[in-house]
Amino acid sequence: MEINVVRSADSTAQCYNVELENVTLLTVLNHIKTKIDPSLTYSHGCRSGVCGSCAVRVNGREVLMCEYKPVNGDTVEPIRNTRVIRDLVVDSSAIERFNATAKAWSEDSLEGNISNEEAHRIETQSDCILCASCYSACPVYAVNPDFIGPFALTRVWRYVNDLRETNSAIKIAAIQTNGIWDCTLCGECVPVCPQNIAPKQDITMLRMKSSMLGYQDPNAGMAFGGGLDFGTPMF
Amino acid sequence: MAKVLIIGSGGAGLVSALSAHESGAEVIIASKTLPTRSQTSMAQGGINAVLGADDSIQNHIDDTFRSSAGLGDEARITFMCEKAPEAIRWCNAIGLPFSRNESGEIARRRLGGASAPRACYAQDYTGLKLLHTLYDQCLKAGITFKNERFLLNLIVDEETNRVLGATFLNIESGDVEEIRADAVILSTGGYGGLYGKHSTNSVQATGDGLAAAVRAGAKLADMEFIQFHPTALKNSSILISESARGAGGYLLNGNKERFTDELAPRDIVARAIHEEIATSGAVYLDIRHLGEEFINHELPQERKLAQIYEGIDPVHELIPIKPSAHYSMGGIEVDAHCMSSIAGLFAVGECANHKTHGANRLGGNSLLELVVFGLHCGANASEYGAKHPSPALDNHQLAKDTNFVRGVMYFTNQIDFYQKQEMLANIFYNNVGLIRDDMGLKAVLGAIRQMQKELPFMGPRDKSKICNTNLVEFIEFGNKIELSEIIVVSAISRVESRGAHYRIDAPKRNDQMFGAHTITWKEDGVLCADFIQ
Repeated sequence: MEINVVRSADSTAQCYNVELENVTLLTVLNHIKTKIDPSLTYSHGCRSGVCGSCAVRVNGREVLMCEYKPVNGDTVEPIRNTRVIRDLVVDSSAIERFNATAKAWSEDSLEGNISNEEAHRIETQSDCILCASCYSACPVYAVNPDFIGPFALTRVWRYVNDLRETNSAIKIAAIQTNGIWDCTLCGECVPVCPQNIAPKQDITMLRMKSSMLGYQDPNAGMAFGGGLDFGTPMF
Repeated sequence: MAKVLIIGSGGAGLVSALSAHESGAEVIIASKTLPTRSQTSMAQGGINAVLGADDSIQNHIDDTFRSSAGLGDEARITFMCEKAPEAIRWCNAIGLPFSRNESGEIARRRLGGASAPRACYAQDYTGLKLLHTLYDQCLKAGITFKNERFLLNLIVDEETNRVLGATFLNIESGDVEEIRADAVILSTGGYGGLYGKHSTNSVQATGDGLAAAVRAGAKLADMEFIQFHPTALKNSSILISESARGAGGYLLNGNKERFTDELAPRDIVARAIHEEIATSGAVYLDIRHLGEEFINHELPQERKLAQIYEGIDPVHELIPIKPSAHYSMGGIEVDAHCMSSIAGLFAVGECANHKTHGANRLGGNSLLELVVFGLHCGANASEYGAKHPSPALDNHQLAKDTNFVRGVMYFTNQIDFYQKQEMLANIFYNNVGLIRDDMGLKAVLGAIRQMQKELPFMGPRDKSKICNTNLVEFIEFGNKIELSEIIVVSAISRVESRGAHYRIDAPKRNDQMFGAHTITWKEDGVLCADFIQ
């Protein structure tokens, strides 16, 4: 099987020929690194899809190397919208930066019983492994590098929608600028999530919640050139 | 204000960080990865705590103590079990999304060796959700993260035996850096990665903190005790949680018959499986009767992993399994305040030996340990640092380690260390695994001593300064070699069977001679071992 890996030294794809079948891409890369080319550089950890280290793009689509089984001729590249450090290793400082900007944490959570159905409301969102696949797939970064982005907004919704949370208003306030209204709802983030999370939906929910709290879409007025809004309601 | 340096950013490190921060310290966390990529993310089963009237804290203490096979410290086990309900409340208050039962309470499941269902869980993602919740809280607290810092050595003033900080390889830049602090906490995880493809652990679990501690003169305890998880996927050693058996899953042998109590402690189940594989050729986990809906909701991760790695769907098929190295009971010897034998150096979590697991850990007690002792350790380190600020002493460690990283590039590379690493993993699994004997252990020791001599003929083949993971993996291999010698010497010395340490040439427990902890340390580079109560 031939696997092409885009190397950072010259930004071109290097072809490796390996005799492995029906294994994960991570197994293939481990084979290359330990048997063929020790300079090939990538991140990995748990090899079971929970640590979020090994997101890359294969033929232009984000996958986890430990879950994807490659086929002959595949081309592997680093994820997008961030600085490549070396080969498939990228700068992951955006994870800390966006989560902190979005105040994606619990301020204080109440004790007391909640039903399983209510707990279920945040089950999917709290499955996030911060692999940054959604961040790589998001086209908004091409125009706004400060966009808080899909994973951090999903995380905010995870706390805002948590019945135990005592202060979600502070989070809603944190995501008005460079946040929910900058998303184009294109949905590119949804199919690439290895945990089946739909950030687009979570962003839509955050928009509704924001509107209920009196926030307005800053772009809505601009739709007509700015000056005249004809009193249309804001979403 | 005390400056506390925390090395390692898994659950134990992050809990300590929050606790030290709460106690008023300035906290820096240095880690070789992004925090959410730590081993803790892989913990599945749950966190033990007695929450209801149907169970008692004394039962939790008794179960834990019994499983420890004489090597658990009753006072510390009591401390952990008594603090458990408070630990769960703390996790809930910071937002950990626990699963719930019909009455809306935090749901509990029964794990092996437990007399009642007391493992509080979040589906089969308990560790993942705990780790992410903790990370979010650290961002809220404004704690400083220095990621991609690979621990090289601790900086210790030899005259006063006082830790001053640590040196790191900045993986991205390739530079060697030092971070000084008033107190240092090691929370670097275990050494299960030594077993390579026969381990459920992350490839990152290379025992870097333990190796640095022993080089710095700290003592280690009970290093021969390594827990084998009964049910890892046969081909990949990927973990299938005990909760699958807790929920009613069966173990079947090659003839598709049940052969053991599925919920006995892990050491007993793992050995039963090992024997059954030897006689009937294979062992399977059967969860088909639990039904698709239950599996999707309670064990979603298990289903996905079995599909990817074994190509089978557990809803309809049997899961082929084998026991794999899972948890390091051994660790840095610490006192009741989590301080090691070096002043100002603390250790917590899997890299430490808190004497709570003894010879065999119960499922659900590792996450509990990291929360309870993390809170304790962070506060203690903060207090120690405030009372005893670190003196600004000159120290050669940074210069030494800078020279090492430069010099290692000139190692000759006539021997491939990846090959040796694989061999080490294989001989460890076969001879320092579930069943051990004197001859096998001594043969492994011989191989390790040979590898130690060969290290200068190995080395990284990649000569890049920027983000050289080949270099990092070589130093990790060095750490594995450092620890493997200690593990094997400890296992040879303990001529008895106890908990996870089973000697076929001495199958009985011998309290008179070995009812004590195996303490190991290095003096002028020479390994010393002794049994100490």
